[in-house]
Amino acid sequence: MQHAEPLDHGVAETPSLGVDSRKLLMWLFLASEGMFFGSLIATYLLYRNRSVSGPYPGHGFEYNIPYTSVSAFVLLMSSLTMVLALAAIQRGDQRGLRTWLLSTALLGLIFVGGQAFEFTSFVEQGVTIHTNLFGSSFFTLTGFHGAHVTVGIVILLSLFIMALRGRIRPEDSLMVEIAGLYWHFVDVVWIVIFTIVYLIRP
Amino acid sequence: MTQMSPTTEHQEPAANTGGHRAHPSAGQYVKIAIILAVITAVEVTIYYIPALKPILPPILIALSITKFALVALFFMHLLFDSRFFSAIFIAGIMIAMLVFLVFLTMIRVFFT
Repeated sequence: MQHAEPLDHGVAETPSLGVDSRKLLMWLFLASEGMFFGSLIATYLLYRNRSVSGPYPGHGFEYNIPYTSVSAFVLLMSSLTMVLALAAIQRGDQRGLRTWLLSTALLGLIFVGGQAFEFTSFVEQGVTIHTNLFGSSFFTLTGFHGAHVTVGIVILLSLFIMALRGRIRPEDSLMVEIAGLYWHFVDVVWIVIFTIVYLIRP
Repeated sequence: MTQMSPTTEHQEPAANTGGHRAHPSAGQYVKIAIILAVITAVEVTIYYIPALKPILPPILIALSITKFALVALFFMHLLFDSRFFSAIFIAGIMIAMLVFLVFLTMIRVFFT
């Protein structure tokens, strides 16, 4: 019996749009995530000054700007280590890939750990997710961002384990690039949150 | 068409899709990161300058947009990849901003 010709996988990965399907899917996901975080930031801006009772910024509560600035810097530098991981695998540097992937995951862990500490200090100042509109909108926004960073760390550690086993070759660099797109996205969201939530006073 | 390889003859020409250019080198990535770090330092510094308080929001927003653009263009490779990816991402951001403006209108922020 005559078998049909096998499908050309190259066609499946590079459709008529001329772009890789996996990368396209990630960008569509990031666009939807942009809308999601846009809504959360808008909600925060609308609610931050509408609390019936304190504490909220300017009313018995202040952000720790130096501390958050260090966190922002750490996340920003994790974007650098992420692109260095991509550059390493693209030139076939397996050791560089492992080093920079692990560095990125560790910087992400420092950021999430710092956020957990910050949340604890806010609770000690009397601001919880149940306290008022400010607390609800603040913890929802930053909590969702922290959850996204945590997911990113899991992805990075998974890639690191794959790299340790030698399962990421230079021709698989798209895998690292797509994970990087997600990681850079959580970074750009924090760039916006850091400015709008922390630096711009009501 | 004679110059096209067999695997690309049914695709749009690179110029129409925005094409794919080589990504920056590790050194260029480090330079971008230094610029981002300096902008962050400027943001935090001007936050503590009382004289700038009245004009602080527009300055901080401009610096934030600059950082956002640098990460998206260089680290996320929007400057080097297909313009189609940029269009998708910008569309998402635009819809988010539109929803925000509609929301502000609904609660009569523009009618006070």
